[in-house]
Order: sequence, then structure tokens, then C-alpha cells
Amino acid sequence: MKLPAVSFSLTMLLIGIAFLYIPMLVLIGYSFNASPLVSLWGGFSVKWYASLLHNRQILDAALLSFEIALVASTGAVLLGLLAATALVRFRHFRGRLLLTGMINAPLVMPEIITGITQLLLFVSMAQLIGWPHRGLTTIILSHIVFCGAYAAVTIQSRLIAVDRSLEEAARDLGATPFRAFWDVTLPIIMPALASSWLLSFTLSLDDVVISSFVSGPSASTLPMVIYSKVKLGVSPEINALATLIIAAVGTCVVVAGYTMRRAERERERDLQMAARAST
Amino acid sequence: MTASTSPSSPRSAELVATRLRQASRLNRLGRWLIILPPLVFLVVFFLVPFAFAFKISFAQTAVHIPPFSDLLSHSRDGVVGLSINLGNYAYLFTDDVYAISYLYSIKTAFFSTIACLLLGYPMAYAIARASKANQNILLLIIILPFWTSFLLRVYALEGIIRDGGLLNSALLWLGVIHQPLQIMRTSFAVYLGIVYSYLPFMILPLFATLEKLDNTLLEASADLGSPPWKSFIDVTLPLSMPGIIAGSMLVFIPAIGEFVIPSLLGGPDNLMIGRLLWDEFFNNHDWPVASAVAVAILVLLAGPIAIYQHYNVRELEQ
Repeated sequence: MKLPAVSFSLTMLLIGIAFLYIPMLVLIGYSFNASPLVSLWGGFSVKWYASLLHNRQILDAALLSFEIALVASTGAVLLGLLAATALVRFRHFRGRLLLTGMINAPLVMPEIITGITQLLLFVSMAQLIGWPHRGLTTIILSHIVFCGAYAAVTIQSRLIAVDRSLEEAARDLGATPFRAFWDVTLPIIMPALASSWLLSFTLSLDDVVISSFVSGPSASTLPMVIYSKVKLGVSPEINALATLIIAAVGTCVVVAGYTMRRAERERERDLQMAARAST
Repeated sequence: MTASTSPSSPRSAELVATRLRQASRLNRLGRWLIILPPLVFLVVFFLVPFAFAFKISFAQTAVHIPPFSDLLSHSRDGVVGLSINLGNYAYLFTDDVYAISYLYSIKTAFFSTIACLLLGYPMAYAIARASKANQNILLLIIILPFWTSFLLRVYALEGIIRDGGLLNSALLWLGVIHQPLQIMRTSFAVYLGIVYSYLPFMILPLFATLEKLDNTLLEASADLGSPPWKSFIDVTLPLSMPGIIAGSMLVFIPAIGEFVIPSLLGGPDNLMIGRLLWDEFFNNHDWPVASAVAVAILVLLAGPIAIYQHYNVRELEQ
């Protein structure tokens, strides 16, 4: 009786997954096409990867983007950790609703709005106090805001699930609140910190709209270069670059997911053993 | 233990009280050390920018850098003059292109959201019904595209639907069509792009509510003689409403201001409001009008963002 509904949703699931993955798989295939024309298969070749390595514009932009992503994602995790701790641990404080709003709004706010408003702030600030200069600094600040929002939400959902009694036990044994948080809670939420760092890194590495607004004429990040090339039409070098990025991100996410789940299972087993030992 | 440390002694009670007071003062300080940095950072770099955009939307275009006039002018005898220019908003009403693209953006975002929901709901349902082990793998499969580059995914989609792309080649080869279909640079391409890019955002909140669904309710409904489709409409659908709303807002709100998708996949007719803002800013260098467009988009989004926030706060309080 239940079967038709289940098989319908399963079919949709398969169609949806195919829809999500086929374009990317085809792109990966194209990157090994010797012919620069997309409609023609000219045989297997890795020459676009080789020419990618000699494209200074792309390499410079990639370096800049990595630099930005490293700083921005670290800043975002710090921001997210503080915001999540504030929201989960302190139920009542002035500005709580404001903080909740400010970590949720960047998730849905169209990038074009965030981009232009932040640029106007930076320009006005530079007029008033002579800081910040448009470029690396402004891109990093903007990225910390929207990546920090993702980090805060990720860490928050993890922190809610943490058993407070563990930290209280550490406090009873004489640990300071900071020490108890650092030694007890931090290791438990480490997977959330790691995944939000990784997510912030890829989000920063991918952003084109906000960066275009706040960067000014001097800095061109990797997505900005990709966008301007893609706008002109298909580029075999971008196919190769896309393949490298998809492969790198895919590997990272799968490996990180696997490691975290194993760590998670070990932790659960430890907790069970501890519980059994204490009874 | 000596008598001096016993709690009954008045001196030690005083000591404990002082310690507690000190500790609570330290705790309060520590609290604000945690709360203030993110609060101040986000107020300065997320909230205050909107005030600046609002201010500059009343300015005039100027030839200097930055290319807008100051609202406040200080004359030599100390008089402060305020000049507010409503011309930018008036301009949005006089040129039809703004109204047209405004409505086109709403239409596009609305129908893409519906399409995302129609595809995403059964997908989320199937994942929620899968075994725990399969659930994790399926969720990873859904999230993985979201982790890889958004820009490159739109580009990948272009490779499929372009005139000489895989879809047309396959259909021609199969003999389904005899002329290549024009998909690129149409509204359909924009819809497809939005559904393709935002589908994971729809599925995840839907999955979260469907997973929590109490199966006994469905069994009860079946026991009372309700056919599965009716149980679905009477029980599952209403209970998954929070997920439907959250997912729809997560797609609808960013889709309204979408720039990359209409710019790469759409044609000149598919003018979404975000693209217009971009052109006003980068091509016409008219920052005040671009700010006015931004304010107009925000006015449109205020309602949906409020709904989204309301849902989020309620979820967290539970």
C-alpha cells in the first residue's frame, strides 16, 4: 500500500541526484578533450592542465584567493564560535535578538545587496578615518561576515547538543570556566569547528559578487577571473581548473566527513565505556 | 579540617561571599568578552552598511571619487545644509525597465522556488525514509555540490544546455528533435540555473522536518482507514510546513537578487533586478541609483526575511 509513494520519491531522488551531478561529470569529461570546441571530441589530452600551469593571471589570482580564504575562514570560525557560544550559553542578554538576526540574515541576503552596502561602508570609512583601503583587507572583512554567519549556525547547532554536565564536572574539580570550556567542550565541538572552517574556506574561494564590489580596481580574485573568462564563452582551461577544484573539494569533504564520523564513533564508544565503568 | 575553614564560622562565610561576588563579576566580564566581539563586528560590517546605502540613495551623482555628493554641506559661516535628492527613486518609477525587471525577478524567484519544492520534497522524503547509514551517504551526496563552487556549477550547466551542448547533441542524435533547441539565453535557462544551484538549500530543511516526523501519527491515520495519499495531505504535509517555509525562503530570497545565473545563462531579455543593479554600478558608475535599487530590493525582501527570521528563532527556542 505504501509502495507507490516510496518508489515515486525514490525515482525523484535518483533524477535529482543525476540532475545535480551530470553537468559536473560532463565538465570533467570536457577538460580532457583535446579539441577546444565543446561539441567535438578530439581525443584524450591533458594539455589544458599544462597550459593552466603557465597561465600567470590564473595562478596569481589563485594565490590571492587562497590567501584571502585562509585568513577569512579563520576569522569566520572565531566569529562563529563566539557568536554561537553567546547565543547557546547566555539565554538572556541585551542584543540577543539582534545577534540572532545578524547571523541568520547574511545566509539569505542576496550577495549583490551585501556587496554594494559593504562597499559603500568601506568607501565612507576610508573618507572619514582613512581605513580600510579597498583590496585584500576589504575582501577579507566582507568574507568574514558571510562565512562567519555559516560558521555560527553550524557551531550553534552542535553546541546546543553538548552535555553541559561534563563542563560542570570540570568546574567542580576546580577548572576555571575558560579552562573547562577549552578542555571539555572544545574537543567535543571540534568537528563542527573543522567543518565550518572548511565550508568558510570554500565559500570564500567561490565568492564573485561581493568580492567584485568591495575589491576595488587593484585586486582580482580567482572567481573574478573565472567569471570574466566564462562570460566570454567556454574556455578549456577553465574546464581543467574546474575539474581540479571539484576534485580537491570533493576529496576534502569526503575524507573530512569520514574522519569525523570515525572520531565521533570512538567518542561515543568512550562515553559508553565511561558510563558503564561509573555504574 | 580546622574550625577556621568550616562554613559555620562568620569570617569564612564573608570570605566565601566576597569570592562569589568576585567570581560573578568576572563571569559577567567574561560574558561580555564573548558577546561583544561578534555583536560589534556584525553591527559595523553588516548592519551599518545598510544605513550607508540608504543615505547614499538620497545623494547625487558626482564626478569626483567616490562618485556621489555629500548630503551635509558646511558653509563657511558654520551653517550646515542638508540636501536630499529624491531623484534616484523618482528615476526608478520613470524608467519602465526597473518596474519590468522588478516584476520579472519576483516571477522568476517564485516559480523557481515552486520548482525546487516540487523536486526537492520527494527527494527529502526519500532520504528521510532511508536507513540511517544510507541517510548519511545521501545527505553527503546532496551537500557535496553546495561545497563545490557555485560559479563553476553554473558554468557546468551551461556546458549541458548550450546550443551545441550535450543535451542538444543527445536529443538530435536520438532523433527527438531535428533542430537544436534554444535553451541558453531564455527564461527557462534562468529557472533551470536557479533550481540547479539552490536545490540543496531546499532539501536540507525539508529533510530536517521530515526526519523528525512521528511515524505513529501516520500509522494511526492508516488504522483509521485513511488512504496513503490522504494521510500524506492530512498529516505529513502540515507537519512538514516549517521545513517547506524555511526551504522556500532559503531559495526565494537569494534568488530575487541573483546576478550570476541570469548574467551567464539568461539573455538580454532576462533582466533581473540584481543584474540591473550591477550594470548601474559597474557600467554607468551611478552609485546613488544603484543604492536606490538596493533599497528597493530590500523593501521587497523585508517580509520574506522577517518570516525566515521568525522561523529560525522559533526553531532555536524549541
